[in-house]
Amino acid sequence: MKVQLTVNGKEITADVEDRMLLVHFLRDVADLTATNIGCETTSCGACTVLLDGESVKSCTVLAAQADGHSVTTLEGLSSTVPPYDSGEMHPVQKAFHTEHGLQCGYCTPGMVMAIVSLLKENPSPTEADVRSGLEGNICRCTGYHNIVQAALVAAASSNADSSTTGAGK
Amino acid sequence: MSILGTRVIRTEDPRLLTSGGVYVDDLREPELAGAVRATFVRSTVAHALITGIDTSEALAQPGVVAVLTVADMTDLPAPPPAEPPAEGAPPAEGPMPLGGQWSEPLLAVDRVRFVGEPVALVLTDSTYQGEDAAELVSVDYEQLPAVPSIEAALAGESLLFPDAGTNVCTQGLGQVTDDSIFDDCEVIVEGDVVNQRVACLPMEGRSTAAAWVNGKLTVWTSTQNAQIARLILTAIGLPPDAIRVVAPDVGGGFGAKIGVDRESIIIAWAAKHTGRPVRWVETRTENLLAMTQGRAQLHHVKLGGTRDGHIKAYRLDVIQDTGAYPRMSGFLPMLTNLMAPGVYDIPAVQAGYKVVVTDGTPVAAYRGAGRPEAAATIERMVDWYAAEAGIDPAAVRKLNFIQPDQFPFVTKTGAPYDTGDYESALDKVLEAAGYDDLRAEQQRRRAAGATRQLGIGLASYVEITAADAAAGETAKVEVHGDGTATVYTGSSAHGQGHHTAFAMLVTAELGIPMDKIEVIHGDTDLIPDGIGTYASRSLQLGGSAVQKAAIEVKDEAAKKAAELFEAAESDVMLDAETGTWHIVGDPDKSLSWSQVASAAEAGLIVANVRFTADRPTFPFGTHLSLVEVDVETGKVTLLRHVTADDAGPVLNPILLDGQRHGGIAQGAAQALCEEILYDADGNPLTSTLADYAAITAAELPSFELLRSETPTPVNPMGVKGIGEAGTIGATPAVHNAVIDAVSHLGVRHIDMPMTPERVWTAIQQGGARKVSAE
Repeated sequence: MKVQLTVNGKEITADVEDRMLLVHFLRDVADLTATNIGCETTSCGACTVLLDGESVKSCTVLAAQADGHSVTTLEGLSSTVPPYDSGEMHPVQKAFHTEHGLQCGYCTPGMVMAIVSLLKENPSPTEADVRSGLEGNICRCTGYHNIVQAALVAAASSNADSSTTGAGK
Repeated sequence: MSILGTRVIRTEDPRLLTSGGVYVDDLREPELAGAVRATFVRSTVAHALITGIDTSEALAQPGVVAVLTVADMTDLPAPPPAEPPAEGAPPAEGPMPLGGQWSEPLLAVDRVRFVGEPVALVLTDSTYQGEDAAELVSVDYEQLPAVPSIEAALAGESLLFPDAGTNVCTQGLGQVTDDSIFDDCEVIVEGDVVNQRVACLPMEGRSTAAAWVNGKLTVWTSTQNAQIARLILTAIGLPPDAIRVVAPDVGGGFGAKIGVDRESIIIAWAAKHTGRPVRWVETRTENLLAMTQGRAQLHHVKLGGTRDGHIKAYRLDVIQDTGAYPRMSGFLPMLTNLMAPGVYDIPAVQAGYKVVVTDGTPVAAYRGAGRPEAAATIERMVDWYAAEAGIDPAAVRKLNFIQPDQFPFVTKTGAPYDTGDYESALDKVLEAAGYDDLRAEQQRRRAAGATRQLGIGLASYVEITAADAAAGETAKVEVHGDGTATVYTGSSAHGQGHHTAFAMLVTAELGIPMDKIEVIHGDTDLIPDGIGTYASRSLQLGGSAVQKAAIEVKDEAAKKAAELFEAAESDVMLDAETGTWHIVGDPDKSLSWSQVASAAEAGLIVANVRFTADRPTFPFGTHLSLVEVDVETGKVTLLRHVTADDAGPVLNPILLDGQRHGGIAQGAAQALCEEILYDADGNPLTSTLADYAAITAAELPSFELLRSETPTPVNPMGVKGIGEAGTIGATPAVHNAVIDAVSHLGVRHIDMPMTPERVWTAIQQGGARKVSAE
């Protein structure tokens, strides 16, 4: 079947198998390989992307279900924050770097996207909020300690930014 | 000020955080253009003879390029013939009798020994076609009685390797069982302690791509050591120099990616056999069925001492379930035996092991590899003994620690401990945790009969790192004419931060800025000689090698700088802060690295070294875990985890702590939730992440990490390994905490994982025992 998706702001049209998963569309059709596959049971969250701004696990969404919708992957994240397309990292990416929130990097794209979504829903989470919010994302390297820390630092820095500029997005 | 010891955020991260890593499935190398997808047909039964394989229906499917079975492997060198054992001979002794009658084939030959064993390989144009076609390969099995457990293996009614005549593939050397060591003991505790089978579970499973081009095979594989992988891949009948192995980004290993498994050898063979590039990326179910797993030991233990807390005797008998094929055979329980007495000066210690084959996934290294099992059991038994003797577990530990003035100390099991200060690590943790206050709060809750009881668990551990110190590690450092440096390391990163750590070492020696230093690993064309990453060896061996190479580069450059200055070499010095060369006492004249290196003959200065150490190191520490146990439901909540882990001087605290965090989580996971299970027929019950209870952020607290830095004399930096310490300390601390929470209810032991059901059941049984004892 023919599908048309907007991926990181770019329109992609392709003829795909009905059963093609969104994650395979992103990796094999759109050739965006940051999004990883870590399981087949919606358990690990490595494939988390934003579908119309909300986090989904792209291993359990069909490309067909995303037809006509917009998807943001790790590769497109920096272009979602002002100043757009500056190449500056998103606050969550920056916090992962400063807080050592990643080791092998495999869960990282999904983890970052899940936190972006979590902070959009709850801009000032407690540690407990972050921990329960990340229950669907497995990391085997970090023990989650610095990932949780990165989420809290990103929240604090975003809140500080919006209070100084008065322009919360 | 030196950069060493400071917090440096990773140079690896910007790429991983913006475009993502490049793992095997992400490779877009031209040699892999048009690569076919490999899908394994795996055994669906635990133990059976293969009576036929029909590939015709699969071959007729769209997109199918080939369906390969053992019958196609005629272009492989024959495996060495098995030597039959002498009639009635006992099982072999010692750690490593591999191969021979216990050989693991590539594709199954005529028998399968675990669910998930590779039987055939389907090559297709796309992944989905592969999954469809693999379903249609028809394998006829004549089922045999399964050997799903250690008990079934020892019963010996069904044999995995009938030619061997036993399921016991090896046992410890010179085992002694002399009960007289317990004669003077006033308090004796004895029992079975299970160290359950767990999944290593790197987030990226196994993956390999291979291309055969112009008589050379290139293999990209997710491995902890490209050079060892290359050696293993020679099994397909190529000499090492006809094989290039590349480790791209590797999404975690934890011991299960040491070298390569049989699947990767098959992929390499298939690329050569068909002439087509091949790529295989396993699914999570394949990963949980067929990637090597960890632990899987049953311990029978006896510990005795005086009424006032002095431990006098300890015996540990290990039975290792090695799974269907003895990958590491006796090596893991040998380490468990070696580390049996832990941090204690115990006058009499006996340790032995047996290794049995079962119809389970093969067992190999998992973060700690034999040492966590030793620490888990001695620490559990010390608490058990303390509870029986009615003495505080911290006090019992202090009474029995090997003292700082006893080092170097050789244990009764022969472990040559380098340095240690066990009591100081324990004291730091007790103080930071507020131990006395926690005990007081525990008493309050007990007196009040609270639903949520508090448990405090201690574990003081010592472990062995870089056990193969003599193998060492390689490093090459080059300083180029443009003033940049390249480091080639035989060590192999998969998340640890080698690139940052090794660049820090070079910048500290040479003053070349971090952003002008490139670190390269995992390519056998560039680095033919190397060992790789396991056994917490990377900094102490690989890092020491990098530092040694940098020092040699500096010495060589000093000669060149002296020539350029027309000065004596002894009058030339490097300012390591600025990376410039000077004449002593004349700060106005200087040469840059670029000037010095471009004046060298080859236009660069190179040092190529191997660093070896003459013995391993023995990091140590203490973990304290605080848990709450709901006595009505058995649910455990991990509230705090406080640790002092001593790996010597710290190179980069964020990397050190990152290793500790990950280790603690995996250790706690074993104590609380993770276990690979089989049913009575050997069918795996935990083959997806919906069934295997991998620990998540929601089940863990943030960790409280304390510093402890006792240098070792074994290497110039004084550093020891930290990769596995967290796991080794955390499992027994959490284990002891849960049992401590309910010990006043008569509970003395609960096997891991301590699920709510197990905890609740133990409370009911413990309570019953207490009632009957009164």
